[in-house]
Amino acid sequence: MLFTSYGFILFLCIVIGLYYTIPKRFQWKLLLVASFVFYYFSGWSNLIYISVTIVSTYLIGVKLGNLDKQQKSYIKEHKESLTLEEKKAYKEKIKVRRWRWLLLCLFFNLGILAAIKYTNFAIANINHIFTLFKMNELSFVNLLLPMGISFYTFQTMGYIIDVYRGKYEPERNIGKLALFVSFFPQLIQGPISRFDDLSKSLYEEHHFDAKNFAFGFQRVLWGYFKKLVIADRIVTAVLEITKNPETYDGIFVLVGMVYYAIQLYADFTGGIDITIGIAQMLGIKVTENFNRPFFSKSITEYWRRWHITMGTWFRDYIFYPLSVCKPMLNISKSSRKRFGEEIGKRIPVYLSTITVWFTTGLWHGASWNFIVWGLLNGFVILVSQEFEPLYAKFHERFNVADTFGFRLFQVMRTFLLMSSLRILDCYRDVGVSFRMFGSMFTKLNINELFNGSLLKLGLDMSDYIVIIIGVIVMISVSLSQRSGSVREKIAGKPVIIRYAVFVLLFFSIIIFGAYGIGFDSNQFIYNQF
Amino acid sequence: METLLEILEGLHPEIDFETHDSLIDDKILDSFDIVTIIAEVNDQYGVAIPAHEITPENFNSASALYELIQRLMDED
Repeated sequence: MLFTSYGFILFLCIVIGLYYTIPKRFQWKLLLVASFVFYYFSGWSNLIYISVTIVSTYLIGVKLGNLDKQQKSYIKEHKESLTLEEKKAYKEKIKVRRWRWLLLCLFFNLGILAAIKYTNFAIANINHIFTLFKMNELSFVNLLLPMGISFYTFQTMGYIIDVYRGKYEPERNIGKLALFVSFFPQLIQGPISRFDDLSKSLYEEHHFDAKNFAFGFQRVLWGYFKKLVIADRIVTAVLEITKNPETYDGIFVLVGMVYYAIQLYADFTGGIDITIGIAQMLGIKVTENFNRPFFSKSITEYWRRWHITMGTWFRDYIFYPLSVCKPMLNISKSSRKRFGEEIGKRIPVYLSTITVWFTTGLWHGASWNFIVWGLLNGFVILVSQEFEPLYAKFHERFNVADTFGFRLFQVMRTFLLMSSLRILDCYRDVGVSFRMFGSMFTKLNINELFNGSLLKLGLDMSDYIVIIIGVIVMISVSLSQRSGSVREKIAGKPVIIRYAVFVLLFFSIIIFGAYGIGFDSNQFIYNQF
Repeated sequence: METLLEILEGLHPEIDFETHDSLIDDKILDSFDIVTIIAEVNDQYGVAIPAHEITPENFNSASALYELIQRLMDED
């Protein structure tokens, strides 16, 4: 069930209506049923996959909690009789058992994700090798990727790792854990929430709060505006350019990437606005996933502000554990001795960064495009890190760091850099992506922008006007957010202005939304992950 | 504590680590710095700071970090 379908709107009205009329103690149970109904409509077999993940994580979480309790009570009971060494040995024994249960949970659930998502990618690569040796090729398997599997698997694995680390107690009510994993507004495209951030607000009783409800509704409208008016309109031109690389090279690649940046931003942040807005209408607080990312002055900053919950997930569960694990510390120690202090201390950071960006690429999709995209992101981040002292000297020497012009240059540079990397998202393979990138320099003909070609990409003048106005509104909202919540500011205006703004937004979606004849209701880009 | 201050000052000589108490909140220490600090602490103090101890509370100031090191040494 897509957020943009009429069926979803009807479903949402029913859920919200029931949510505020049934006894409060049943609210979370209603959300659980609603989440499973919602997911059922994306394919009944998907329910099996998510249920297996929920049950396995629940059982192993409880096991981890029980082992922890067992250790504490044993040490308490035998406080007097145990020597220090015996206590240590007992703790070590429990630690090993807990570690094995954690590994089982991780391998099992990440194994499901890997099997469904990456089997055909692995077969395609094996077949390439087989072809070289003139061997028979393997057949591809027919596995449907459940919507949002990458999101809910990561969210669940974050939970089990936190339980293992003792950050919080395991959830002992399987229904509640199931709701945390399957909460329908965020099930198919995140944010990737943490249990300690979301659970309390998810399970507690919520009374109807008019202001919260209105703010949530406004955010949902804003999300639909971005998705239906901007993203689903500009996508036509993005596809026309990127699916026909032989026709559209040179300056069109740049145009395509700027359009794609607009589409991706409007699509993904729009989807998250709808998610957070729906949750807010239900009185539930979901973590923010964006912080005006296109105002970032460097790629590192960009990744702190774009898809924040994914970035922090990789940081907390892969980057840090890998960087500070014993083998890595040993590598660091030996490489310092061998290569000197400066190079030696960089090695753990480099190895972990490359691993994180490789897995980030792989998480986004089973193709070399995404892997290369991920590795290039990591490469740019490491290079920027190395050049940091040089930049600092440059800024000091020319005293430019704090000027508006220089900050604008940095923002534009980051935007263009990220847009260039996204070429790999759009073209059919890595070779074509690099060829198209190269054509921006070798076949650049700016005149093509003014000979009417832009109007042959599936967008007419009225589409461009709607997109330009939409983008101006998005930029204005982002600029306004720097000094606080836009909805709070609007709420402080006279009633007539308040209503005018939201009536305008509502009718913009109805009138200018890209649906109906000539437009297909598009899935959100991140649903596919 | 002096050894720890030397490690921190080696990364950011411009910061007064004896008084600063929002190193993470003010984005002075990034993830690369944290990994470098942990490797050097391991070298100097023989203590391995586990990943789950990497929290703003433990890394916001030199004194908080020093307390963490002491605690981990005691646990050993």
